[in-house]
Amino acid sequence: MATDQQVRLRIENLSLSFGGVRALIDVSLDIRDGEILAIIGPNGAGKTCILNCINGFYKPQQGKIAYNGQKITRMRPDKVAKLGIARTFQNIELYTGLTTQDNLMAARHVLMKQNFITSALYFGWAHKEEIEHRRTVEEIIDFLEIESIRKKVVGVLPYGLRKRVELGRALALEPKVLLLDEPMAGMNLEEKEDIARFIIDVFEGQGDTYPNTPVLRDGIKTIILVEHDMGVVMDIADRIIVLDFGRKIAEGTPAEIKANPEVIKAYLGQET
Amino acid sequence: MGLPSGTFNQSYGQDMAIFRTRTHWVMLLAFLIFLFACPLFFSDRILTILTIIGITIISVHGLNILTGYCGQISLGHAGFMAVGAYTSAVLTAKLDWSFWAALPCAALAAGMVGLLFGLPSLRIKGFYLIMATIAAHFIIMWVILQLYSVTGGGNGLAVPRPEIGGFVFKSKGSYFYLVLIIACLGTFFAKNLVRTRAGRAFIAIRDNDLAAEVMGVNLLSYKLLAFFIGCVYAGVAGSLLVHYFAFATVDQFPFMNSVWYLGMLIVGGMGSTAGAIFGAVSLKLLDELVTIVGPILSAAVAPQAAASLGLIMRGLVIIIFLIFEPRGLAHRWQMVKAYYRLWPFSH
Repeated sequence: MATDQQVRLRIENLSLSFGGVRALIDVSLDIRDGEILAIIGPNGAGKTCILNCINGFYKPQQGKIAYNGQKITRMRPDKVAKLGIARTFQNIELYTGLTTQDNLMAARHVLMKQNFITSALYFGWAHKEEIEHRRTVEEIIDFLEIESIRKKVVGVLPYGLRKRVELGRALALEPKVLLLDEPMAGMNLEEKEDIARFIIDVFEGQGDTYPNTPVLRDGIKTIILVEHDMGVVMDIADRIIVLDFGRKIAEGTPAEIKANPEVIKAYLGQET
Repeated sequence: MGLPSGTFNQSYGQDMAIFRTRTHWVMLLAFLIFLFACPLFFSDRILTILTIIGITIISVHGLNILTGYCGQISLGHAGFMAVGAYTSAVLTAKLDWSFWAALPCAALAAGMVGLLFGLPSLRIKGFYLIMATIAAHFIIMWVILQLYSVTGGGNGLAVPRPEIGGFVFKSKGSYFYLVLIIACLGTFFAKNLVRTRAGRAFIAIRDNDLAAEVMGVNLLSYKLLAFFIGCVYAGVAGSLLVHYFAFATVDQFPFMNSVWYLGMLIVGGMGSTAGAIFGAVSLKLLDELVTIVGPILSAAVAPQAAASLGLIMRGLVIIIFLIFEPRGLAHRWQMVKAYYRLWPFSH
């Protein structure tokens, strides 16, 4: 565990409620550079709520989220994205009418500079920029092994591939922090293994295999993973946070979490 | 996008090209030459039809960017055209401006009004936004009628034809060229816009606004940009329309036109630049067909038949497309091209 590393994202005393429903109660956690942090918990524990608070969908009533020391609580989602926080969704939220390649190109939005006038004129700046970004997008397509569906409209793709395209879209933003919301939900063993491999490869960085694409070369050193599959979580997470009914009930390494009586109680109930 | 057998893309530039092979370029050139040669062999009546089609294409391009690409359904498009039309009419007729200065002002004015009525789009979606844009249409018409001293109200306003260095665009042929050039430019801009950064942001908003926001698209500014660009197109089209008829009245921009523009998008194919053209051309030609068939039908079947034939035909065509080809003629065109490319081995 990399406790000596710099804190990338700090959540302090976060509380979120919808009317009478208290979705998050006083949750605090740190995410450091160089770790995969898993958030687990039974259904409705508030795992996705944390991600939604981080990228600005939900405005928490109390508490503070800081990214590199900068407060991002209640910031607009597109501004959070510009800071370098990308995510995937539990129920795949792709641009269904666009091809795989264009989905990834669309994610380059914050990195591109053309305005609508130079875009409309096209020849010159816009053309040059398109080619530049297309190169990066192709490297990501290559990395995720989705070359064959490059020109397919994502609306017609099967579930497993769509999940992969969504991961690709998040990578195309070249984020510093990657939030993955159940990347393996509804997949078979083989597909899960593929995604787990991609997550670890992204985390570790590919070095000279992709020398011109920083996000693949250097990797994304801070990943938050919300996942239900305990096998995967125990294998790839450096640290685990357990939520139950909006409260953080445990935090620690996979080994510690496995042995934690509170966690066992939350998942399996108490023996009476 | 399929390529002819034996042609391979070797660079991203080639992969992104719309006109990829020499044959494509030759066909484009031949088509453009045909268009520019139209006044040589067509009668004034056909030129009038073509000019109106050209103006409609410009307008539908705008609606396509706003509705087809950005997903913000607008039923106020005729209203936005009227803003452009009256801006240009008042500037040229009352203030003696040149048409060439009035046209950009008309575009800008329509764009600005579009921005104003686009503001609610951040808060409301779908059905409610449609209601808001319908309101926009009637508010615009009401304002035009109330500003009697400026716009001539219900009496309309006589508008001069454009002129350049002493040459007046008086003949059908000359005005056809004017519209054709602007329509070509409009198509060029529209196509390039939607295949680059701004266009992808529009589609992202249309397909999944939540994800678009998380991926860094500023929803408010891009929805407003779509309204602005869409209405700029409407403004140009409106201005061209009143200068063509040398007269501006609110009757040229009935509310039903907005509905038909949407119908053209459905028939042509929403979210496709070619679709906007196909839709405008096909529904306008349908109108012409009705004017030919109508009198014959009246004489043969019933005297009232002609009056409602146009409406029935348009409605019917739109329904047929919604059921059998929701992706419009543009999709059919893609299929025809694929068929031609693969024939006789369809694999």
